[in-house]
Amino acid sequence: MEYAIETHDLSKSYERHKALDGLGLAVPPGTVLGLLGPNGSGKTTTVRLLTTLLRPDSGSCRIVGLDVVKQAKEVRRNIGLAGQYAAVDERLTGLENLRLIGTLYHLGRREAHRRTDDLLERFGLTDVADRQAKTYSGGMRRRLDLAASLLADPPVVFLDEPTTGLDLINRIAMWELVREQTARGTTVLLTTQYLEEADQLADRIVVLKNGRTIADGTPDELKVGVGGQRLEVTLADPARAQDAARALREWGVGTATVGEGGRRVTVPVDGGIDAVATAVTALKGEGAHIVDFSLRKPSLDDVFLSLTGHGTPARDSQPDAEAEHAA
Amino acid sequence: MSEVIVDGVALIGRHIKHIRRVPQKLLSVTVMPVTMVLAFGYILGSAMDVPGVEYREYFMAGVFAQVMVAGMTTTGVGVCEDLNNGLVDRFRSLPMSRSAVLIGRTVSDLLLSAIACVVMSVVGFAIGWRIHGGFWSALAGFGLVLLLGFVAIWGGALLGLVLRNAEAVGSLGFVIVMPFMFLSSAFIPLDGLPGWLRAVAQWNPLTAVTDQCRRLWGNSTTAHGDGFAAAHPGLVSLVALAVLFVVIVPATVRSFGKATAR
Ligand SMILES: Nc1ncnc2c1ncn2[C@@H]1O[C@H](COP(=O)(O)OP(=O)(O)O)[C@@H](O)[C@H]1O
Ligand SMILES: [Mg+2]
Repeated sequence: MEYAIETHDLSKSYERHKALDGLGLAVPPGTVLGLLGPNGSGKTTTVRLLTTLLRPDSGSCRIVGLDVVKQAKEVRRNIGLAGQYAAVDERLTGLENLRLIGTLYHLGRREAHRRTDDLLERFGLTDVADRQAKTYSGGMRRRLDLAASLLADPPVVFLDEPTTGLDLINRIAMWELVREQTARGTTVLLTTQYLEEADQLADRIVVLKNGRTIADGTPDELKVGVGGQRLEVTLADPARAQDAARALREWGVGTATVGEGGRRVTVPVDGGIDAVATAVTALKGEGAHIVDFSLRKPSLDDVFLSLTGHGTPARDSQPDAEAEHAA
Repeated sequence: MSEVIVDGVALIGRHIKHIRRVPQKLLSVTVMPVTMVLAFGYILGSAMDVPGVEYREYFMAGVFAQVMVAGMTTTGVGVCEDLNNGLVDRFRSLPMSRSAVLIGRTVSDLLLSAIACVVMSVVGFAIGWRIHGGFWSALAGFGLVLLLGFVAIWGGALLGLVLRNAEAVGSLGFVIVMPFMFLSSAFIPLDGLPGWLRAVAQWNPLTAVTDQCRRLWGNSTTAHGDGFAAAHPGLVSLVALAVLFVVIVPATVRSFGKATAR
């Protein structure tokens, strides 16, 4: 079987720091691989190695059978890249941005114009096509960037954190565009810090930590270990947290962990509303004063907790903090 | 080969749109040069009394050289911007000619330098600067100035790719350029310098370029021919610029091949 993306024992160091250590991937054509990991886990390094921007120290990688080092130019004809920061020329209009990329892909004038119009339409950018990209919202910029990566209709597309910094509406719009593209048979490698995003889009997920693969499987396989929703309870008095955690366990809700200054108790709940009711009863019996009570989807932290026994290393940025609002 | 041309033309088009849309770009090649010409012409010009030298004619070649060399920072900063907003990554992932990215940037920045030359010539003329030589030698003088500008622009691109940070480009560029500017005959004749310092200054490519321009334009020059460099500024400037070009361009192309934003 010929893989669309195939790597063996791929490694890359910066100075003495090992950013990627022995990565092996095999992505069948037409599927989506989600590379899941926190900041600094080696996602961008992987994307840069696979898109010919960096040379590996050791190991090999092939894109549609072409060697990334020896046949770099051939590889570039077969890939599209939307990097971690939307690479649009702010001073050019959306239309000019795409036409420039079309020219540089050597599509020919008519073809470049046709595809530009087509993508602007599909990505809902026709109305703003003649505005300079610096006036675009974050979501529009990302869509323009994605459009640029798809302009030559390459068989393999790399998306490095395509939704980081986007609000929910724009994120869902991006997901829809990625799904449309995969329905056309494009192979996609996307990196993300969100378990939910990988779950939504990917056929297979590889979890990275400090440049090493710590898990590899389908979203369902991964979620079995992680469990379902999380119930988060914030208490007024940190001294009561351990009691609350014990009470939850005794009532059979699940093993609770205490975090965030000792005031927040988190517990996986699989049984839906019944489990929540049980938890409320358990906490009521404790007589703990509850400040906040919420149910959320499992996060990357929870994945790490279930895989390694502790949370994500060095969460130095909070992607949600820079979320923008829909235009 | 034709690929380089097609891609280069597309990217020159991109930069020309920038020039039209970013007012600061035009300011840097109009206001700064005009200020320089006026400052040297009036302020320094009236304080400066060098026997046998008509300073208002003398300093113009120096201002041309100074403004050309300043183009280095503009290019370097532009390269850093492309690097840090991910455009360089995108370009490098395309099946395009890599040198076209650099050619597009340097050629269009040369256009900015040429605009600056026109502006300076007009203002210089208005305050009494005249060219006394023939048409072709006048043109050769401008050609030499622009050649200096082109080498500086490539140097700026290299700085940008290596430093990847606009502020660093600005300050390191300044540190590199200042000694060359001050240890040259750009603004003051070298006669007053002590012997060994004068020897160094005479071999400075900027001295050679400005002295040669003064010869070509028939402006006052104090190069009295003590030593080979002073006697042959044309030869020295061409050889020096050629050597710099041959060293800088391949180094820049190589850095571009490895450049990624952090
Ligand atoms: N150009 C570089 N020079 C030195 N270290 C780098 C460079 N780029 C990335 N790193 C380091 O390599 C590791 C992996 O980085 P990266 O691949 O960008 O991770 P991610 O995209 O998952 O956040 C990090 O520790 C990062 O600090
Ligand atoms: Mg990254």
